[in-house]
Amino acid sequence: MACLLEAPLRISVLSEVTATSRHYVDRLFDPDPQKVLQGVIDMKNAVIGNNKQKANLIVLGAVPRLLYLLQQGSSSSELRAECAVVLGSLAMGTENNIKSLVDCHIIPALLQGLLCPDLIFIEACLRCLRTVFISPVTPVQLLYTDPTVIPHLMSLLSRSQRTQEYITQIFSHCCKTPEHQTVLFNHGAIQNIAPLLISPSYKVRMQALKCFSVLAYENTQVSMTLVNVLVDEELLSQVFVRMMQRDQPIDMQLTAAKCLTYMCRAGAIRTDDSCIVLKTLPCLVRMCSKERLLEERVEGAETLAYLMEPDVELQRIASVTDHLVAMLADYFKYPSSVSAITDIKRLDHDLKHAHELRQAAFKLYASLGSNDEDIRKKITETENMMDRIVSGLSESSVKVRLAAVRCLHSLSRSVQQLRTSFHDHAVWKPLMKLLQNAPDEVLVMASSTLCNLLLEFSPSKEPILESGVIELLCSLTQSDSPALRVNGIWALMNMAFQADQKVKGEIVRALGTEQLFRLLSDPDSNVLMKTLGLLRNLLSTRPPVPVLLKLLHSLLVELIDQMEHSAAVPSSWHIDQVMSSHGKQIMQAVTLILEGEHSIEVKEQTLCILANIADGNTAKELIMTNDDILQKIKYYMAHSNVKLQLAATFCISNLIWNEEDGEANAMTGSQERQDKLRELGFVDILHKLTQASDPNLCDRAKTAMQQYLA
Amino acid sequence: FESLDKLAVTGTHNPLTLHLKNLDYLLLGDPAFNYQEAELNERLKRLYPAVNEDETPLPRSWSPKDKYSYIGLSQNNLRVHYKGHGKNHKDAASVRATHPIPAACGIYYFEVKIVSKGLDFLSSLLPLSPIPGWDKHSYGYHGDDGHSFCSSGTGQPYGPTFTTGDVIGCCVNLINNTCFYTKNGISLGVAFTDLPPNLYPTVGLQTPGEIVDANFGQQPFVFDIEDYMSEWRAKIHGMIARFPIGERLGEWQAVLQNMVSTYLVHHGYCATATAFARATETLIQEDQTSIKNRQRIQKLVLAGRVGEAIEATQQLYPGLLEHNPNLLFMLKCRQFVEMVNGTDSEVRCFSIRSPKSQDSYPGSPSLSPRHGATNPNLHSAGADSPTCSNGVTPPNKNKSHNKYPGVSSASSSSSSSPSSVNYSESNSTDSTKSQPHSGTSNQEETSDSEMEIEAEHYTNGVAENPSARIMNGTYKHQEILQAQDISLEDSCASRQLCGGNQAATERMIQFGRELQGLNEQLCREYGKNVTHKKMLQDAFSLLAYSDPWNCPVGQQLDPMQRENICSALNSAILESQNLPKQPPLMLALGQATECVQLMARVRSGSCSFARVDNFLH
Repeated sequence: MACLLEAPLRISVLSEVTATSRHYVDRLFDPDPQKVLQGVIDMKNAVIGNNKQKANLIVLGAVPRLLYLLQQGSSSSELRAECAVVLGSLAMGTENNIKSLVDCHIIPALLQGLLCPDLIFIEACLRCLRTVFISPVTPVQLLYTDPTVIPHLMSLLSRSQRTQEYITQIFSHCCKTPEHQTVLFNHGAIQNIAPLLISPSYKVRMQALKCFSVLAYENTQVSMTLVNVLVDEELLSQVFVRMMQRDQPIDMQLTAAKCLTYMCRAGAIRTDDSCIVLKTLPCLVRMCSKERLLEERVEGAETLAYLMEPDVELQRIASVTDHLVAMLADYFKYPSSVSAITDIKRLDHDLKHAHELRQAAFKLYASLGSNDEDIRKKITETENMMDRIVSGLSESSVKVRLAAVRCLHSLSRSVQQLRTSFHDHAVWKPLMKLLQNAPDEVLVMASSTLCNLLLEFSPSKEPILESGVIELLCSLTQSDSPALRVNGIWALMNMAFQADQKVKGEIVRALGTEQLFRLLSDPDSNVLMKTLGLLRNLLSTRPPVPVLLKLLHSLLVELIDQMEHSAAVPSSWHIDQVMSSHGKQIMQAVTLILEGEHSIEVKEQTLCILANIADGNTAKELIMTNDDILQKIKYYMAHSNVKLQLAATFCISNLIWNEEDGEANAMTGSQERQDKLRELGFVDILHKLTQASDPNLCDRAKTAMQQYLA
Repeated sequence: FESLDKLAVTGTHNPLTLHLKNLDYLLLGDPAFNYQEAELNERLKRLYPAVNEDETPLPRSWSPKDKYSYIGLSQNNLRVHYKGHGKNHKDAASVRATHPIPAACGIYYFEVKIVSKGLDFLSSLLPLSPIPGWDKHSYGYHGDDGHSFCSSGTGQPYGPTFTTGDVIGCCVNLINNTCFYTKNGISLGVAFTDLPPNLYPTVGLQTPGEIVDANFGQQPFVFDIEDYMSEWRAKIHGMIARFPIGERLGEWQAVLQNMVSTYLVHHGYCATATAFARATETLIQEDQTSIKNRQRIQKLVLAGRVGEAIEATQQLYPGLLEHNPNLLFMLKCRQFVEMVNGTDSEVRCFSIRSPKSQDSYPGSPSLSPRHGATNPNLHSAGADSPTCSNGVTPPNKNKSHNKYPGVSSASSSSSSSPSSVNYSESNSTDSTKSQPHSGTSNQEETSDSEMEIEAEHYTNGVAENPSARIMNGTYKHQEILQAQDISLEDSCASRQLCGGNQAATERMIQFGRELQGLNEQLCREYGKNVTHKKMLQDAFSLLAYSDPWNCPVGQQLDPMQRENICSALNSAILESQNLPKQPPLMLALGQATECVQLMARVRSGSCSFARVDNFLH
């Protein structure tokens, strides 16, 4: 019964509300401007803090009318200002309100309003624009569509503290891309905003500071400019350092630390500068402490991770600062069991931040342990660390999974950890699971970690092999992402190292020769290098497996193609480049082939590879220092098969080549080589070959001899 | 009067010796050392302002007494080197600082630089022990393994190891009784909690060739300890500011109102007090006449007319001075000084000025008793009836009470201006109410209007600390006072003894004899009194100089000297009326100051950041 009675009552209340709302809108259309003004003022008082009223007014079409009044030149400045205030108030409501306002083209109207000389009106417009722009539903691009807006906003910065606060807040929320940074930078954002850092108003100081943090983020140009800026005869970095003092508000300390972090990462401040080592880093560590709010701890940890990522010395300092490693363990204790019972609100808050906290902690651990073995040890010895990573790998949040796998990857660079904690906690299991179905960025980290787990000394290698990883890795090599291809082939390479024939055969079968060749012509040189490494590992077995020999044949054809192709286009530098990165593997493969029982063709092609190698300057040294190879060449120069003789002579000819346009040391280099080859008896052989019956061989030998005489 | 001559000799002699001594001090000693010493003192004072070094001296060097024989000291006992065998733990040796860390430091910090490292190096805090950190109640951080040691031989993993060139610091937080170490300016995190009091900075060495240098503040620290302190200062100030009042808010307001009211009454700010009481709907304990009487007497003293003040006191409070012979003697001494000054009415009546102006005293000697009397303008500020004290002047006389013609034009213009409020009791309340926001705009107003504003700030509920503002007011008075003193010097270059009048001088000498008689009488009755004797000697010394105002004892003639005796007399009157001799505000202030000092004595470190003067802006 109660329900029945209640329903009509509610409707009547609602209609009453709508009726009053309608009355507010109706008054905006009154012919008497004085009454309109009073109507707007009444509306202002009615909507403050009343979301329902705001929604009602928007539905009833108050916004277009208010905008019309605001833009109307005949409106009194008081009316126009009041309209802007009401619109600002409407924007303070829900996200839907903002959407409706943006749909009514409020932004261009308000931006237009900024051209009016009346300061009160400008401030009301800016306040409304601020509220609209800081909402995530507003497209930031709207600020940049009209190129005259940014310079005008810059000029308004000098008008009042309020314009300063609102404009800087708009900038810091609308600067999302490098392009935005450039636009603001080109319009003098730095010179215009820098003086605001010493404004008497805390809000202005804070918003100006936030502006600098978004401007400097990953922007070398801005960062380099910032270091030289003076504010009241003080360097900007020193102003930031002052803002990081411990008695300053936390928000200010944190944002100032971000500015210095970004400037440092952009290369504008050295990592060993005292303002980084003694101020920024300790400040960020403090932000991670239990006393700080959860949001601050997340931001602090992420910024700190970013700051020290590339610098091992900063990692070492951070690892001993205020027990940071142990402090981070607390990040995993949310929601705490206490909060669940005592306070629902707190529990909700904790739950909301729990994921963020965990991923931030994983990120920071990853950064801390990326270089130093002692730090990695310290991290893995932290309470339940490995368990936390393992459970983090299978969390629902992608962010946490990614951070956890990053952390695992960082720790997997340690031989000791691979042998101990990684195996003890069977981290490979969740890792394999993660690889089955994950976004690319997670896959990259996970496969990279897997590479390390597949290293020969890793006890996890066996169980991973048994879990059918080969197919998975082979599919990675076909990925569009070069990073995934590298990781896939790299993992296979590690897997093939000293593996038994069964495994090797499986790899070759699963990968297929076609895919192997495709990888050999991969545009990414890392992929090529790892493929060659894989081949070496596959080949380094005695006796050679028949399937491998077949493979080898095709491989060499491919390799020669590669070499000739690369040698033809530029000069010999390419060969040198290839050889310096994986010459060892190639030389081993060559030796292996020359020693093995292969067809004449294979051996000829191999010698041709060698000849091509001998064309490069540094590559020459690789052959000259390899007596095995030299003896092989000598052997084939005296071989019964002319083709092999020719190829071997070609090698020698390249080795003794006297570079005409070479430098002095190159000259002596060739002299040395010539002397060594003479000692080894090559001159005698060449001399003999000048008498050879085959004209090609004869010519080749003569050309080579001429080099000796030159 | 022959005795005066003898006194004069001592009078001239003493200052000369003092002068020579000062000179000696400046010339002697190594300038470089003095400079370093001065720098150390300055740094320690800045870091530990709450420490009373007379009670608890700060560590400044290693103690040559409290050390092992294997320890050698040099460079002003700051450098420590090891000279033992260093074969095993038994050869370890340590040295501690001259003094334990005073609790009033709040946060204490020192650093040690490893100049040269032996095989292993041990640094620690705390009492002398074979190896610091291994003995009972001893705490340390050891360089060879990075472990921390607490009252036992087994260490806990704590921080990194350290070696030659490293600067290791130790910070003791006496607020939460924890300690952390630093390495090259980086905090390594809390090492110990629940530390006992009275810790000594200590260092321990064990290997031949080991040398360490201490820095107790001689040089700037590598670690930014002042930044760390600022965090704790902010924390403690925040704690004080956010101290929960809860439901006692109303109760507190009543207490605060009472404090303000009693302060105003105590000093006789009659009109202000009445206005305040009316605005806050509180009651004034003392009746109006009594307040006005006291105010009148105070004004007389502050104007230098002590004779009249004594007379008025005897008249209004019969028996008071008879029961306080010490007070009477002090007053008479002051009267003598004022006679020399030419301000006491007993000598003024001989001066060339018209009797009318002599008799008169400023109608508005200001609501601040300290201030008004010293204003030289007052004497020429026109006539006023002696019985008419501040705040009761009839409204129609307002215009004649322009106190600072040059400073405040508003005060003379109309009766509704804030500064004129004080002259007219009938007007005061109305104008007070009509100008609720005059506070900020009237910063340069006269002192009493500032008092008025004070009250308003409070009644309007503006969150201001009334005591702080009042202190602020007083401070300003002093500033004005100094400025006026200078002008006084200038204008009275031709000042003469007793106003230069022969008869007056004779009267003064006669009074001096009476005073000596009184002293002798008091001696007979109550025994010898050293203070009295000194007072008398000082007063008589004035006569030994041709220009008493510019003589070593000339300080006595300073009008500021009237304030002590004035408040003593005021307190005595209040006490005789069974009223508190001190206003509760001052009592509370004293109590707070005393509490903070007590905190230092009972080793509560937060006292360092809860200084009363921090809140008296």
